[in-house]
Amino acid sequence: MDKTMPQKKDHKFIELKNYMGALKKKANPQSRLIAVLHKTQELYGYLDREIMEHISEFMNIPSAHIWGVATFYHYFNLKPQGKYVISVCMGTACFVKGAELILNKLKKELKIDLGETTPDNLFTLKEARCLGACGLAPVVMVNGEIFGELDQKSIMGLIKTLNKNTEGGVS
Amino acid sequence: MADKVKIFINDAPYEAENGLTVMQAADMAGFHIPRLCYHEKLSIEGACRVCIVQIEGLQNFVASCTYPVSEGMKIYTNTKELRDARRDIVELILDNHPDDCNICERNGNCELQRLAFSMGIKERLFEGEKKSYENDTSSFSVVRVPDKCILCGRCVRLCSEIQKVNAIGYSHRGFQTVVMPAYNMPFGESVCTNCGQCINVCPTAAFVEKNYTKLVFEKLNDPAVTTVVQVAPAVRAAIGECFDEPPGKDLTHEIAAALRKIGFNYVFDTQLSADLTIMEEASEFLERFKGGGKLPLITSCSSGWIKYLEQFYPEYIENISTCKSPMSMMGALIKTYFADKIKTDPKKIFSVAVMPCTAKKFEAGRPELKTAGKPSVDAVITTRELGWMIKSAGINLLSIKGENFDAPLGRSSGAAAIFGVTGGVMEAAVRTAYELYTGETLVSIELEPVRGFEGIREAELDLHGEKIRVAIAHGLGNAHSIMQLLAEAPDQYQFIEIMGCPGGCIGGGGQPYSGSNYSPLDETLLKKRAEVLYNIDRYNTIRRSHENPDIQKLYKEYLGRPLSKLSHQLLHTKYHMRKPKGIISTKKQERATGGRHG
Repeated sequence: MDKTMPQKKDHKFIELKNYMGALKKKANPQSRLIAVLHKTQELYGYLDREIMEHISEFMNIPSAHIWGVATFYHYFNLKPQGKYVISVCMGTACFVKGAELILNKLKKELKIDLGETTPDNLFTLKEARCLGACGLAPVVMVNGEIFGELDQKSIMGLIKTLNKNTEGGVS
Repeated sequence: MADKVKIFINDAPYEAENGLTVMQAADMAGFHIPRLCYHEKLSIEGACRVCIVQIEGLQNFVASCTYPVSEGMKIYTNTKELRDARRDIVELILDNHPDDCNICERNGNCELQRLAFSMGIKERLFEGEKKSYENDTSSFSVVRVPDKCILCGRCVRLCSEIQKVNAIGYSHRGFQTVVMPAYNMPFGESVCTNCGQCINVCPTAAFVEKNYTKLVFEKLNDPAVTTVVQVAPAVRAAIGECFDEPPGKDLTHEIAAALRKIGFNYVFDTQLSADLTIMEEASEFLERFKGGGKLPLITSCSSGWIKYLEQFYPEYIENISTCKSPMSMMGALIKTYFADKIKTDPKKIFSVAVMPCTAKKFEAGRPELKTAGKPSVDAVITTRELGWMIKSAGINLLSIKGENFDAPLGRSSGAAAIFGVTGGVMEAAVRTAYELYTGETLVSIELEPVRGFEGIREAELDLHGEKIRVAIAHGLGNAHSIMQLLAEAPDQYQFIEIMGCPGGCIGGGGQPYSGSNYSPLDETLLKKRAEVLYNIDRYNTIRRSHENPDIQKLYKEYLGRPLSKLSHQLLHTKYHMRKPKGIISTKKQERATGGRHG
């Protein structure tokens, strides 16, 4: 069985169920679907099909509708994410300071395209619009933390450090 | 607020009811504003912008389908600016649409094509990006063709509002938007009930039936194969429309003749097996009624409804009649009773069913309906597919000399004909059940309370002092409503008829496209088709299934009696719970068609 597949009875699932249970007591629970999807992504890092199916049954929302919402917003991940989600800022300032070169370097070295995850589940590559750190351009964000004034060399240094932190593999 | 407001359309004064939209008011005044995403039976989306009008005092054009009329409003529907803007809007839709009209399924019967023509689009000013997706052919019944989709959303609204199946929705956004099942799963694995109504409401060919005509022509040309065909009641009431005949023409005998000319060895009538269904189902009802069996008994003829039940209401499986549908009963008889008669190996028989229905294609593939390890029906084609086959074979259906169906499976009662319209199975069953139960003749056999097009109808029947409450629903949304009523008060009905499509089989997902004079789901169109079937009944000398001499012979020669061991083996079936489980949104929605009357 796929390791990333969520288990029905694990603590994450129970937390999600409690969360939905509390929402169901409020008015128009079905209108809170986006909140439920946020919670799911917070717990699992992405929206798993099995989990969406449970949400559908529990919240009484047709799965085609949930799928519509999940695919409409780029924020929602439909595939498992790597341990480190690297977002390369492609805003104007970063772009003129060479963000594209950094992105291409990452694509080449990690052997993945935008939106993809390395086979060892370590890195997911994304692009971002302006992250609001133009003074440090070009920047990337790794799991919410900003790294600035990068170039093709220093970005690979960062990758190396992250790699070192997880020696022994991802759990 | 006043009830009426005075408005001006193209400078002429009109009175309109307050609360109407500009489009509705214009319709009443005789101005048909071009439209695309709007459908009178569905909620208003206002997405396509084809129905724009100019209103004095407003800077921008407004979508007339959403904009309400108000006192003194001056509306213009046909100014030069408007015509130009409207033409550009339609042209922009065309620019993302494949330019393959001459090989398209809907060629000559496409709303987008008609619209483009009426806009006077004679040259193409823009070049748009085309979509490129794989067709989804995973379903037995319906093929999804995303390239042809113009995102009007009628199918999505129909599937959720009228049928309450919610099999499809919009996914992704912008130019990448695609109408698809949840998780982009294969359509055949989704909760889709195969009703095919999405095909009927689609203005283009983004949904089409799975076409089996090539296979049927192949078998017709194979001398080693004995080809047998059966025709459902609703087909004869509508096929004329494929030949530009106004709706309401009975072509029973012309169809029989055409099928023989196409090359079928034997041409049978599904109406005979409808009579057989009544014999079995009326007996089953009386057995349950007298013996304290599970009630209410719910009819099982509609394939779309049965899949809906298996997914959405599996807890009611025991309430469903174990009778196979008339198509599958006929299929089983052809490969047993009839194969014996003509001393032919059933494996060498290719059995085709012409149905008004796309869900029957799925039903034919159900493993539990096999006869001797092979499907009872080898191919199901829709009314539309038969229309095409007749044209393709060079036969003029309208001028051909009519013929009868073949013995021994060709004669039917009037009760069988009305199977094709909502309420008909109930009416036919009551005619026979009454007489079987009371031993007396039912004098007034046209049961007005069960006829009509209200979404849910109820009636009370008197069987010698014993009261039977019956209910009828058509369209899966109404089926859902009746199941809710049942959940509230389980004992309020003893017998329920449910048809998956609005209007019953006459409005099936395989019926001819509604054409330019009617809109899909139009009740005036459905009523004309229904009248054909009611007339077939009215002018038939045999009007009760148990009086059909071929049925009597079939029981005497072969089956014994209704519910006999052989009947059970050939004519009855089982149902099972099915995944994925269907979810019915509890969001309050107006009942799909009509209300409820007592």
